[in-house]
Amino acid sequence: MAYSDKVLDHYNHPRNVGSLDKASPHVGTGMVGAPECGDVMKLQVKVDPQTGVIEDAKFKTFGCGSAIASSSLATEWLKGKTVDQALEIKNTDIVNELSLPPVKIHCSVLAEDAIKAAINDYKTKQVATPKESLIAG
Amino acid sequence: MKLPIYMDNHATTQLDPRVFEAMKPYFTQVYGNAASRNHSFGWEAEEAVEKSRKQIADLIGATPKEIVFTSGATESNNLALKGIAEMYSERGNHIITQVTEHKAVLDTCKRLEKEGVRVTYLPVKQDGLIDLDQLRGAITEKTILISIMYANNEIGVVQPMKEIGQIAKEKGVLVHSDAVQAIGKVPVNVGTDGVDVMSLTAHKLYGPKGVGALYVRRRNPRVQITAQMDGGGHERGMRSGTLNVPGIAGLGAACEIAKQEMPEESKRLSFLRDKLKDRLLNNLDEVYINGSMEQRLPHNLNISFAYVEGESLLMGINDIAVSSGSACTSATLEPSYVLKALGAGDDLAHSSIRFGIGRFNTDEEVDYVGNKVIDVVRKLRDLSPLYEMAKEGVDLSKVAWSAH
Repeated sequence: MAYSDKVLDHYNHPRNVGSLDKASPHVGTGMVGAPECGDVMKLQVKVDPQTGVIEDAKFKTFGCGSAIASSSLATEWLKGKTVDQALEIKNTDIVNELSLPPVKIHCSVLAEDAIKAAINDYKTKQVATPKESLIAG
Repeated sequence: MKLPIYMDNHATTQLDPRVFEAMKPYFTQVYGNAASRNHSFGWEAEEAVEKSRKQIADLIGATPKEIVFTSGATESNNLALKGIAEMYSERGNHIITQVTEHKAVLDTCKRLEKEGVRVTYLPVKQDGLIDLDQLRGAITEKTILISIMYANNEIGVVQPMKEIGQIAKEKGVLVHSDAVQAIGKVPVNVGTDGVDVMSLTAHKLYGPKGVGALYVRRRNPRVQITAQMDGGGHERGMRSGTLNVPGIAGLGAACEIAKQEMPEESKRLSFLRDKLKDRLLNNLDEVYINGSMEQRLPHNLNISFAYVEGESLLMGINDIAVSSGSACTSATLEPSYVLKALGAGDDLAHSSIRFGIGRFNTDEEVDYVGNKVIDVVRKLRDLSPLYEMAKEGVDLSKVAWSAH
C-alpha cells in the first residue's frame, strides 16, 4: 500500500512521543484500542488549570503507520487548544489532513476516541479534586 | 549492495540465470508440441520434457514415469486430493490433513467436504509439528489419504515424513505431501520417506513460475488418480493440456542444480539464517521464534517482536522485502492462521516477520537486514504504550482493553 507523504513524515518523525505523569491532576490520559486488534493508542494532555488551555500533549501508539500518524497529528493539534476546542476535533479532519485511504479510517476514529478519553479523564479529575487542582495551579 | 533487498524466498525465488539459459532454446528454436509424434519439432520438444522428468525424478528418488507435469503446486495439490478422493471413493471417504497446510490443500479439502468427503484437520504442537499418536488415532477404516506438507511455508518446520509414511503404510493409507518448500532445500526421497504422491513447483527452487509437477507412485502401491481436467489425455491421462516445454526444461534444470548444490547451499543458508537469528536475539528482548528450530528448513526464520505491530514494522524496513504474519490491509485484521495454530497470542501473531534467505542473498545483505530490523523495532518500542506498560510490570493480559 502506498502511504501519503504526511503519513510517512509522521511515521519517520513522530511528534510529541512520550508520557506525562498520569497521577498529576492536570494530566488527562486516554488509552483506547486493544492489542489483539493491532492498535492501542495512549494519548495524554496537560492542561493549564487557570486558562483551560492544553499546554502539552504526548502519545504512544502500538499500531500501523496510519495509526501512529493519526495520534502524532492529534498531539500537534491539541497543543494550544482549550479542552472544549479539543473535543471538536473530528476523525474526518484527520482523514483529510493525512489523506487516509478507506481501510485506514479506523485509525482516525481511534485517535478521536483517544482525544475524548484523555479530555474526559482530565474533566473527571477536576470534579473529583477541584480544590487540589486549584492549589496546584 | 543494492537496495531493496529480496528476502522473501518462501514466496518465490529469483530465476537462476543457468535455468534461464536452459529454457531459452525452447521459446524460439525448439518450439514444437511435445505431443506431436510425427516430426522432429515434436520429437525435440519431447526429448526436453523427458530430460526434465529424469532430472526431477533424480532429485526426489523417483522414476521419470512417475512425474506428471502441471501448472504449479496449487494444481498439483488439487489434482492429488480430488483425484484420489474420486478414484478411491469406493474404498473410503476420509482424508487426514493438518491445520497449518497451505490454502491450496485446506480449501481443496473444504471443497471435498461439500461433496461428502470427511476431513480431519490435525492440530499441531507448539513447535508446529504434528503429533504422530494423534495421526495414528485419527486413522479409520474409511481413511484413504493422509496429506501433510513436507515443510511449512511460513514457519519452515519440517514434518516427520518418514514416521508419517510408516504409519500410513501399516494402515494401508496413501500419503500425499505438498513438498514445495522442502524440495531442493532438504533431502527429499519418496522411497525412504514413504510418500506416494507429492506436489512440487519450479518457482520455489529458482525455476520459472507457472510450472510444477505431481509425483505419482507407480509401484508398491500403484497409485491411481482421476483426471480433473478433460482434454487430450496428456501425462498418461492424468493431466490434459499441451506441455509448457520451456517451463518444464527450466524445472528440470532447477532440480539438477539443486541436487548438485544442495549440500553446500544448505550449509551456507543455515549459517546466514543463524547469524541473522543470533543478531536479533542478542540485541532485542522479548523476541520469539515461531516453530521448531531443530526440525526446520535451513533458510527460514519466523520471529515475533512483542509490543510492535507488524505493518508498522514492515513500513520501517521498506527497503527489505519480507512477509508479515498479519495482513493489515483491511479493517479486520487477520493474523496468520499458522501462527495462531501454534498457540501464539493474536498480539504476537500480528508482529511476526518471515525471513526467507535465498541463493542470491549475501552475507552483507544479512548484516544490513539484521541491523535495520533492530533499529526499527527499538524505535517502534519507544513509541509503544504496550512496551512501556510491560516494562512497568503491567500484565497486559489482565488489562480491560476497549476492543474496537
